[in-house]
Amino acid sequence: MQTPWTDQKIQERMRLKVGLAEMLKGGVIMDVTNAEQAKIAEEAGAVAVMALERIPADIRRDGGIARMSQPAMIKQIQDTVSIPVMAKCRIGHFAEAQILEALGVDFIDESEVLTPADEKNHVDKWAFKVPFVCGCRDLGEALRRIGEGAAMIRTKGEAGSGNIVEAVRHMRQVQEGLRRLTVLREDELMHEAKELGAPYHIVLEVAKTGRLPVPNFAAGGVATPADASLMMQLGAETVFVGSGIFKSKDPKPRAEAIVQAVTFYQDPAKLLEISMHLGEPMSGLDIATMPEDQKMAGRGW
Amino acid sequence: MTEQPIGILALQGDFTLHAAALDRQGVAYVYVRQPEELAACRGLVIPGGESTTMTRLMDIVGLRQPILDFAAAGKPILGTCAGLIMLAARVDEDERRHGVHPLGLLDVLVRRNGYGRQVDSFMDEVAVAGQADPVQGVFIRAPRILEVGPKVEVVATWRGETVGVRQGNVTGLAFHPEAGESGVDFPIHFI
Repeated sequence: MQTPWTDQKIQERMRLKVGLAEMLKGGVIMDVTNAEQAKIAEEAGAVAVMALERIPADIRRDGGIARMSQPAMIKQIQDTVSIPVMAKCRIGHFAEAQILEALGVDFIDESEVLTPADEKNHVDKWAFKVPFVCGCRDLGEALRRIGEGAAMIRTKGEAGSGNIVEAVRHMRQVQEGLRRLTVLREDELMHEAKELGAPYHIVLEVAKTGRLPVPNFAAGGVATPADASLMMQLGAETVFVGSGIFKSKDPKPRAEAIVQAVTFYQDPAKLLEISMHLGEPMSGLDIATMPEDQKMAGRGW
Repeated sequence: MTEQPIGILALQGDFTLHAAALDRQGVAYVYVRQPEELAACRGLVIPGGESTTMTRLMDIVGLRQPILDFAAAGKPILGTCAGLIMLAARVDEDERRHGVHPLGLLDVLVRRNGYGRQVDSFMDEVAVAGQADPVQGVFIRAPRILEVGPKVEVVATWRGETVGVRQGNVTGLAFHPEAGESGVDFPIHFI
């Protein structure tokens, strides 16, 4: 019997999926809610846009059930920009994912920002031609998503909070998990796989390479060029900016500044220049005082 | 004196895949993000990525003229995918709409995403001029070469269609040899 790892066709398809994620490296993926914002994002130098009806900060404010965006609205954005267009489906909602694939979106984010549709199972991402990105809080969660066929991993952070603390925690957890795997003895890796709740064969691979087999991006709370630089220095290869741009006082210069900050994340003099004269960032939320039921990062496992 | 390195434009895109490909061949490289970093290089690779993002950043950091001067000095330049779009003379779309302002070093007309969206991305064998064996071409939201000028030489074809071109010291490929298995050693032939 063929498994996704022995099926040559599925593996070839996986290389194309991961290939697109590679092309997005060193760039910024911006949340947009209409064609006009998508245009601003593209002109500011975004490598891709995430089309969604409400940005996380508004989903948080409005409450209720957050679902996949209206296809007509996503289509309008696809018709407006030439850069890749991503869209979100609910965790485990493979029918939403099928519709997004039929629409021809370039990447699907199976996202905790929307209300989960399945309390146990995530989407079987091997079954799709379109690549998926999934959120994680630690290495085990990242490797489970990769086991299901995700072509890109991002930290969950705490979406719509404007607070970077959770993204930092998640990125550090992933990096720490990766480093730990590289120093364990081979005969300790099965136990480690059990502790992580991660597929053994991926644990073996990561123990050898010391890195995730797919690109690792940061999301959830990036609001300033300094936030972007921080996440890149902690090991992110690209950043997602959700509410941080279009909830700030002056979105266009902020979008341009964050794009440059990702390219020059190791150059403080450049970062200083980029950060000068930016308007006010979005106002943030304190995660420590946020009620548990309002946190999105705990969705999925 | 040690040999000068190859520069890899590292504003955005898959520059780490190109670095890994050069590494495997024992070729020294440096990442280029600013004009002074280009000055020390003997050749330049423009990677895949998003051409709108890359041309924008190239102009912000003031690399456009230095790259044009680099080409005029006869030093080799290789562009893959978005790199091909950046080297092209003409892009088949309204520039004001998408904001790609290419370098104009290759007399070709290209169409961005000319093979479709990501669900249309594909891998297939590509025939390379002067090489007996085909290489594996990885086409990811690849640009399509629609017209080729008289001074442009075709260096790679897929099903008879032009997917690689050279004009003097400048080479552009619609696909990603750096992302393929058999083709990883391909770029160096042009440098």
